[in-house]
Amino acid sequence: MKLLFYYLLYPGFVFASVIGLLSVWIDRKVSARIQWRYGPPWFQGFADIGKLLYKEVIIPKEASRSGFMLAPLFGLASVTLGVTILGVSSINLSASFIGDIIVVYYLFTIPAIALVYTGSTSGNPLSSVGVSREIKLLLSYDLPMVILIVMVATKVQGFSIQSITQFQRINGPIILHWYGVIGFIISIFCIQAKLGRVPFDLAEAETELGSGILMEFSGAVLAAYELSQAIMLFGLPFFIIILFWGGVSGGIGILWAILKYLLIMVLLILLKNTNPRLRIDQAMKYFWGWMTGGAILAGILAYFGV
Amino acid sequence: MDILKKSFKKSIWIFHLSTAACNGCDIEVLELLTPRYDIERFGIKLVGSPRHADALLVCGAINAHSKPRLLEVYRQVPKPCLVVAFGSCACSSGIFRESYSIVGPLDKVLKEVDPNPNIVYIPGCPPKPEAMIEGIIMGLEAL
Repeated sequence: MKLLFYYLLYPGFVFASVIGLLSVWIDRKVSARIQWRYGPPWFQGFADIGKLLYKEVIIPKEASRSGFMLAPLFGLASVTLGVTILGVSSINLSASFIGDIIVVYYLFTIPAIALVYTGSTSGNPLSSVGVSREIKLLLSYDLPMVILIVMVATKVQGFSIQSITQFQRINGPIILHWYGVIGFIISIFCIQAKLGRVPFDLAEAETELGSGILMEFSGAVLAAYELSQAIMLFGLPFFIIILFWGGVSGGIGILWAILKYLLIMVLLILLKNTNPRLRIDQAMKYFWGWMTGGAILAGILAYFGV
Repeated sequence: MDILKKSFKKSIWIFHLSTAACNGCDIEVLELLTPRYDIERFGIKLVGSPRHADALLVCGAINAHSKPRLLEVYRQVPKPCLVVAFGSCACSSGIFRESYSIVGPLDKVLKEVDPNPNIVYIPGCPPKPEAMIEGIIMGLEAL
């Protein structure tokens, strides 16, 4: 019963989707202000989801019916589970278990795999180009991010949220060290790619592929995808805060966590608004070259404790 | 389901389709995205795929070559959807009315596949941005 409450209401589905849709609004509003526009009203994210639920769902003739409908829901469910584990074990440290940081990271990977499945089942040629790019992007950003997670876990000697948070409460946040700064910057780029936002939105590429991998999505299927994207927009910066920036503590700590979250959001929005889209070979070179090199450098610095 | 219908009116995604237009209207559409007329404050944005669209923005008199494409795209848009006849050519074929290759204004063509489409007419060559915003908002209110 308690677990169901955690999963469905707080900090699971309802809470995470409300915060996520509000962050989608912040994203669009700040982007509009950067371009000297006025921007959408605050309920825009909710209106988009409601509208998509109101519309007809079209399933392509070549698509497998159940797979096309179920895979986005599967992605949504796993993202919700990831956010629930993060939320519960960062507030109540004794609920944390060994390896939960890895579990959460791979629960956040499942939406991309569900998206690849749905895109490839839709039978659209432009979608299949998007699918191949999404898989390549997934392979490229996972490498530096996993190196960083292993680096933090080796430093704090434990693969759980509890050990990471307790290490940072005793020794100060990891971001105050040089290896933490490098890791934080690299992880910002990685979550930008994981969210499929502008410098790395190759799979969607609205002007080039006409929405690419999302091309055949309509109605409720698209709503499930948009909702899981919104929850990821809440979950991934929160994951970075736990990993590098001291996590969340009760009382006044909640306010600090909100400020940290807003700062990471602003970094993501600025990155989105100041960069053009990369080609897929540039993106892979970027992640496997600079980003992986930086992550290994951060690991070496962490070994010497700089 | 009242709230879902209300949210439909607050979030219209537009797919822009050019059917033998002279390009004047296509260029004028971009004015809606500029800081002065910013149409995102009504929740309206341009999308790349007809499957995501709630409104089909059709520019240009329709000729025999573009008619099957228009009907195909109209069938691909999930219903309910709004169709915007944008500019004098789409409303009434404009100065191309008697031309040999023109098969007719938008409403006549659409009635072949759907007897009762929701069409908004925005005349003008090209329409002013204020007229475009007013037309789309009035069309949403009538829906």
